[in-house]
Amino acid sequence: MSQEMNYLAKLAVEGKLGRRAFLGKAAALGASTAVATSLLSGTALAAGPKKGGHLKAGLAGGESTNSLDPATFLTQVPADFGRMWGDTLVEVSRIGEIVFRLAESIEPSADAKTWHFTIRKGVKFHNGKTLTATDVLKTMERHSGDDTKSGALGIMRGIESMKADGDVFSVTLTTANADLPYLMSDYHLIIQPDGGMDAPDAGIGTGPYKVTVNEPGVRHVGERFEDYWDAGNRGHADTVEIVVLNDATARTAALQGGQVHMINRVEPKIADLLERVPGVSVKSVSGRGHYVFLMHCNTAPFDNNDLRLALKYAIDREEMVDKILRGYGSVGNDMPINGGYPLFSEDIPQRTFDPDKASFHYKKSGHSGPITLQTAATAFSGAVDAAQLFQQSAAKCGITLDVKREPDDGYWTEVWNKQPFSASYWGGSRPVQDQMYSTAYKSDADWNDTRFFRPDFDKLLLAARAELDQAKRVGLYREMGLMVHNEGGVIVPMFNDFINAVSDTVAGWEDDPSGESMNGFALAKTWLA
Amino acid sequence: MGHPILNLVAQRIALGCLLLLMASVLIFIGTQILPGDIAQSILGQSATPEAVANLRKDLGLNDPAYVRYFTWLSGVLQGDLGVALSNGKPIAQAVGQRLSNTLFLAGWAALISVPLAVLLGLLAVQYKNRWPDKLISGVTLTTISLPEFFLGYLLIFFISVQLRWFPSVAIINDSMSLGQKLNTIALPVAVLVLVVLAQMMRMTRAAILNVMQSAYIETAELKGITPFQVIRKHAFPNAIAPIINVIMLNLAYLVVGVVIVEVVFAYPGMGQYLVDHVSKRDVPVVQACALIFASVYISLNIVADIVSIVANPRLRHPK
Amino acid sequence: MNFKRIPISALVGILATSGFLFIALFAPVIAPYGMAEIVGDVWEPMSDKFWLGTDNIGRDLLTRMMYGARTTIFIAGVATILSFGLGSVLGFTAAVKGGWVDMVMSRAVDLLMSIPTLIFALVVLSVLPGNLLTLIVVMGILDSTRVYRLSRAVAVDINVMDYVEAARLRGEGLRWIIFKEILPNALSPLVAELGLRFIFMILFLSSLSFLGLGIQPPEADWGSMVKANKDGINFGIPAALIPGFAIAILAISVNLVADWILNRTSDLKGGRG
Repeated sequence: MSQEMNYLAKLAVEGKLGRRAFLGKAAALGASTAVATSLLSGTALAAGPKKGGHLKAGLAGGESTNSLDPATFLTQVPADFGRMWGDTLVEVSRIGEIVFRLAESIEPSADAKTWHFTIRKGVKFHNGKTLTATDVLKTMERHSGDDTKSGALGIMRGIESMKADGDVFSVTLTTANADLPYLMSDYHLIIQPDGGMDAPDAGIGTGPYKVTVNEPGVRHVGERFEDYWDAGNRGHADTVEIVVLNDATARTAALQGGQVHMINRVEPKIADLLERVPGVSVKSVSGRGHYVFLMHCNTAPFDNNDLRLALKYAIDREEMVDKILRGYGSVGNDMPINGGYPLFSEDIPQRTFDPDKASFHYKKSGHSGPITLQTAATAFSGAVDAAQLFQQSAAKCGITLDVKREPDDGYWTEVWNKQPFSASYWGGSRPVQDQMYSTAYKSDADWNDTRFFRPDFDKLLLAARAELDQAKRVGLYREMGLMVHNEGGVIVPMFNDFINAVSDTVAGWEDDPSGESMNGFALAKTWLA
Repeated sequence: MGHPILNLVAQRIALGCLLLLMASVLIFIGTQILPGDIAQSILGQSATPEAVANLRKDLGLNDPAYVRYFTWLSGVLQGDLGVALSNGKPIAQAVGQRLSNTLFLAGWAALISVPLAVLLGLLAVQYKNRWPDKLISGVTLTTISLPEFFLGYLLIFFISVQLRWFPSVAIINDSMSLGQKLNTIALPVAVLVLVVLAQMMRMTRAAILNVMQSAYIETAELKGITPFQVIRKHAFPNAIAPIINVIMLNLAYLVVGVVIVEVVFAYPGMGQYLVDHVSKRDVPVVQACALIFASVYISLNIVADIVSIVANPRLRHPK
Repeated sequence: MNFKRIPISALVGILATSGFLFIALFAPVIAPYGMAEIVGDVWEPMSDKFWLGTDNIGRDLLTRMMYGARTTIFIAGVATILSFGLGSVLGFTAAVKGGWVDMVMSRAVDLLMSIPTLIFALVVLSVLPGNLLTLIVVMGILDSTRVYRLSRAVAVDINVMDYVEAARLRGEGLRWIIFKEILPNALSPLVAELGLRFIFMILFLSSLSFLGLGIQPPEADWGSMVKANKDGINFGIPAALIPGFAIAILAISVNLVADWILNRTSDLKGGRG
């Protein structure tokens, strides 16, 4: 679909196809109007990138403990900087399609168990070496070996064997997976020379920028790589710099004061105020990231589905979107999937705040006494406030919540996935439903943070994974969504937008629902007008 | 010489070393009882159990605590601070850079605030209970009363965003000239000066006023010496012990306690570095930083003690 | 006491301090809304309905400020008293006793102070149960080290004065020397410090809240209110500015009173010659 769409968009921009006709054809191809419109404007922008200058971003999500080893990437800054100096085999486009990068083409076997990636020719690493299929193989081995510490290990686990043959890299899976190419777009899987076996944190890749300054937690600077294989589309500025600004107020001030060209994670509360500042515009895009309250389905009192339902009805999702996200987001529906995922069923009924149903289920559960909800500022932006809103709305249903604020420090190790009722978030980096469900809802998932142990659910998941008939897959995913929605331990009050703010001197910005800052590519794809 | 002062000084220094050793034990225990698994913290939310287990094995977390303490201590004594768990880099190098940044910021803040505080304190005594005294008190009290981050944001808003005189992002690097560096750190220095000024100024004023009540000051005044001379020659030397104590505390604060200012201005100092590593449970780095902080504090302390001893005439000439 | 002799500055200080105390005591009676009640939109401007506007999730700021006065003054006050009681008595004892008592206590305090407060608070508060008592005790003890140093430094100088030696020769006990000889003469630097320590307590409390170790929501002290609303500072939102200025005003009024007492005591001593 994406090739066709791009072709149509190009026609429309060149005036060979009317805008209305374009939107119509795009819809026929299955794209929503919003997506098609943004693609259209994106293509218009692509008319003329300007080379040169020093492009600077002030980003949250960097620590002095960061390393350039892609296996250790966890937070935003190292991951975004990885986009500057490295490339992955494929990427996911703004409309959810596979874009070929270091892989030139992909060929699955009929049963979707073996996948062949043809590696692009003539791509140079920063150290002058030429990319080969062996580099790809070594990289994947480094992320999947028994002794790896890679954050991508979870993805690599379903792989039975890999091999490099000429310029083809092949993967054989233990069970069929129709979504394998999506997994290869993971930001950890940057192809390094010889897989980065000797020097994993050397910062040598095939990306548009060479690493010149690497001060973890402070700043990262890259200088344009003259031999970049895709120079027409990326690497417009001469140099790019990421300054780590973890404090939201300081970040906003740096943009207002003209010291950086773009910032990430604009607090929803100030987005409207920032929009009014001359010379600055706010870019928000709805994504797949969502905020959650997690109940352990196997721990009292949450082992009672009536209590879980009572709490699900006792939360005011509209108010949360209004007060916490200030409208920069959408209501959740107690399942981790929304319209941002392919194969989503729009017809699942929306659960709303309903004090009568909440107290009905609460009485039926037979529980009494306060329920402790653990939260921390780090759980998600506004988590402490959201917990207090939840406390207020639950009180209206006769349910007493005790909000316990935990220190940020240690929250992810001591509270999340350990305590029976806590606040957390899921980023939107998992492009397909299978990956989201396998990560957190399959019985044997490492992060089954709602203790959702359902063999019938697992069976559906595996069936959907191997199913190549998309219509059938939609049906399977719908059934799974309903199971989580009605019986799961997750309360999803809202899906958050990614909100960036950009100086008007920056051109070429295209919203990407996969992640903030154009899914991390902002510095490589935009330019100084 | 065997002068009692020299003995006292030697004693203080020896004590300082002993104290540092005790501090190292305390730091080590503290880092051990911090809740949270090191391997899990390093790998974060997206770690798989296998990855955590692999890392734990690599880090040698299965040795008993006292073995790890002595391994660490003997390393430190040989000048080897070890390797950061989170990125495998030698700690000394990274910490050295951060430490010099911290000292740079603290140094300039001290260079401005200490003389200014003493001067303002003396002025306040000179014009006791008249408007300059009240003005100085009022202004310094206001600045000290505001939370540091609030003060920082106010300065950023007015001076950096509105007037654009100085940058709000205070990231310095080696390629900058001294002038550029000073321009870059102007705002954090201003905040630190405002924060530490009041306490030192008030202590100077109070201590001198206290001494001014003494009989020998009256004698000096009766001899017809000018008020300024009275303060300089008689009051100030006798008031110096508490003043030095407060100055020392504030200097230690400038080195050790400026995390929040570092966060607000994104200054690459040691505080932020330490906090990052605490939250990642990168124990060797936390230990190294805490030990450096402890030694800075203990050395400043020794200096203050020695100055107090030397300045106090009765201690200087024991009966 | 003759009220006409109180200078205007002290009068202002006394009035403002008692005003804050009044608000703190009667917050539940005079506050227009419930403490945790969500009554409006986020960051509404000042209006007839909400005199100071609303906070970051739509609660009435005036109400929050009143309840905040309660928590702020109570916690900072109790911790300051604890810190002063402990710190000054130990400091005086060390100075008067001298020798190994002084040595052991001073080094123990040095040891406590040589570990950065942040790390200390983090470790202690995450190991101990998180309630108000622990919070106050930890704050008081950590801060008393500062008071100890100052009291000791002041008392060492006084201790070598002739009148103290005279008292000692008279055969007075430790308690007499500390409370009758040292304390009155050490009072002025200590009182000057008392006001400051109270402010530092408020600030310490807000930095603990910054780390998530402070008071549990929906309760809030002014420091954590500044923090919760800080994103609005760049846009002049009242909810971000008012708690900060309230801390400043409280601090100044307390210190105006402290200054006045300082003058009175040093005048008193002057009279004594």
